[in-house]
Amino acid sequence: MAFRSRPAEVLKVAAASPSIAQALRQEPTLDVAELDPSAGEQRLRTGKVALLVEPGAAGAVVYRYDDTNPEGRTARMLADRAVQRAAGRADPVPATDGIIREAGSRYVDFLVPGLVGLGIMSNTLWGLGFSIVDSRRRKLTKRLIATPMSRTYYLLSYLVWRLIVLVVEVGVPIGFGALAFGVPVRGRVFDLVIICILASLSFSALALLISSRARTIEAVSGLMNLAQVPMWILSGVFFSAQRFPDAVQPVISALPLTALIDALRAHMLQGAGLPQLGPQLGVLTGWLLVCFVLALKLFRWR
Amino acid sequence: MALPETRPALRVTHLRKTYKDVVAVDGIELNVPAGQCFGLLGPNGAGKTTTIEICEGLTKPDSGDVEVLGLRWASDAQALRQRLGIQLQETQLSDKLTVFETLQLFRSFFDRGPAPDEVIALVQLEEKRDARVVALSGGQKQRLALACALVGDPDLLFLDEPTTGLDPQARRQLWELIEEFKKAGRTILLTTHYMDEAERLCDDLAIMDHGKVIARGTPGVLVASIGADHLVELSTTGASDVDLAALRRVAGVRDARAENGSIRIQATELHRSVPALLEELRRQGIPLTELSTHSATLEDVFVSLTGRHLRDE
Repeated sequence: MAFRSRPAEVLKVAAASPSIAQALRQEPTLDVAELDPSAGEQRLRTGKVALLVEPGAAGAVVYRYDDTNPEGRTARMLADRAVQRAAGRADPVPATDGIIREAGSRYVDFLVPGLVGLGIMSNTLWGLGFSIVDSRRRKLTKRLIATPMSRTYYLLSYLVWRLIVLVVEVGVPIGFGALAFGVPVRGRVFDLVIICILASLSFSALALLISSRARTIEAVSGLMNLAQVPMWILSGVFFSAQRFPDAVQPVISALPLTALIDALRAHMLQGAGLPQLGPQLGVLTGWLLVCFVLALKLFRWR
Repeated sequence: MALPETRPALRVTHLRKTYKDVVAVDGIELNVPAGQCFGLLGPNGAGKTTTIEICEGLTKPDSGDVEVLGLRWASDAQALRQRLGIQLQETQLSDKLTVFETLQLFRSFFDRGPAPDEVIALVQLEEKRDARVVALSGGQKQRLALACALVGDPDLLFLDEPTTGLDPQARRQLWELIEEFKKAGRTILLTTHYMDEAERLCDDLAIMDHGKVIARGTPGVLVASIGADHLVELSTTGASDVDLAALRRVAGVRDARAENGSIRIQATELHRSVPALLEELRRQGIPLTELSTHSATLEDVFVSLTGRHLRDE
């Protein structure tokens, strides 16, 4: 399986002289290829090696690598250690390694909550949005508002529908993640239920707002994409949102998907409870209230 | 709830509604007493649907007053909706629900009304009770839509083109149903572009064209108003050369018009007019290819008022 724990990865490096290559081979986590400088240059540029070590003037070495790439930086450190030790450096402090491998810090553990959040958002927005627009287009909504039916109850019924579907929407990915990859769920189940219910209501309200006036499937599709794409990129689904500049972080934190995914990660991986998740739950509640009220006001019934 | 005899079930005054630059409804006045079946007859685009949707509270007029069952939409909307039954033009209902479930849903909106099964029996959909809406034929869907309009036991029924798109047998079935409700004393406002429907169902009529009421009265009075009991239609090989003025001078002829290669003549006494017309045509040297006559209908009333037909075909 893709994410099972493996031994630490070996980094590929190139050495431009035999003596350097020999020194580097002392480091077990480096895979050393001995190449002439131009071939080494080529491999470095195409990313096939993380580091190229060349001999410099008067016995020095030159490390060629991309310092924005973590692998490049790691390779440089390992290579330098190997080179220095081969030249006689002694490390005065004896050190041993105690390896810890814990579920919760792998990429898959980061990813599954992200996917659960993405799933809730996508299913809710597309499912609810299309249903509303289709109903409006076929004049079913128009027929219904000619009766004494309560309009608020009509919109609320969509929220209830999504809550029922939520059981499968959340249960399946989390269950699959736990069974197949051992992704932990460290928090209380009750807290998880509350988080997911709140998120479902929140995204349902957003969906109601987005589809409140659209008359065609094409129009609502465009609006849905407009709403979701920023969140796909910014909300930390596949990679941490911390990578974005500080100035944007407040905006990112205010997005409903970010709040949901942060809450899910904290709950599942760190066992956080509802009190610790106040800010995230607050963001979701805020979106729920504002969107539902606006949707009720703006809704095109006929 | 009985209405005082003097108050009309529906009163509309000075109604106007404009969409962008099209005047859909231009100063309509209506007065429908309780227990009557009132018709709005006119071609597509006459403003019938706009008028009825304003009366149903679905559209807001630009100006004018609408009083339904003595109440007004601006102030008594919830109370009114409990007492009205509405069938829209081209409603679609939820495909996946069964007939029974659909009626159960609509019945749940109203404070009082018959049980869904009673209404299913009324519209004769018993054998389709548990069939999904998507499996119904056009006529059955219209009957279901009518049932949805009745399931709240309404005092006033609005039917917008109830038989458009149906085959003749389905139309007749629906007419029989509507006649049953007339017998029960319900007030009905009906829009249609079929003159046979208007003649059969309506106690009183307003003919509409381009947003205005151009004639009003019972079907009998309207037909009599053109002053000609019969229509004669002639086809000739050289219709454009016909001297219409000469035809009009023929005994018993009220009017003669040429359209689409045939000539349409309104006449009072067939036994005098037809021979005289044939003689006139022979005198003009125009050979006749076809001849037909029929008693005057509302269609002919419309043609005499506007020069156009109720239906585009």
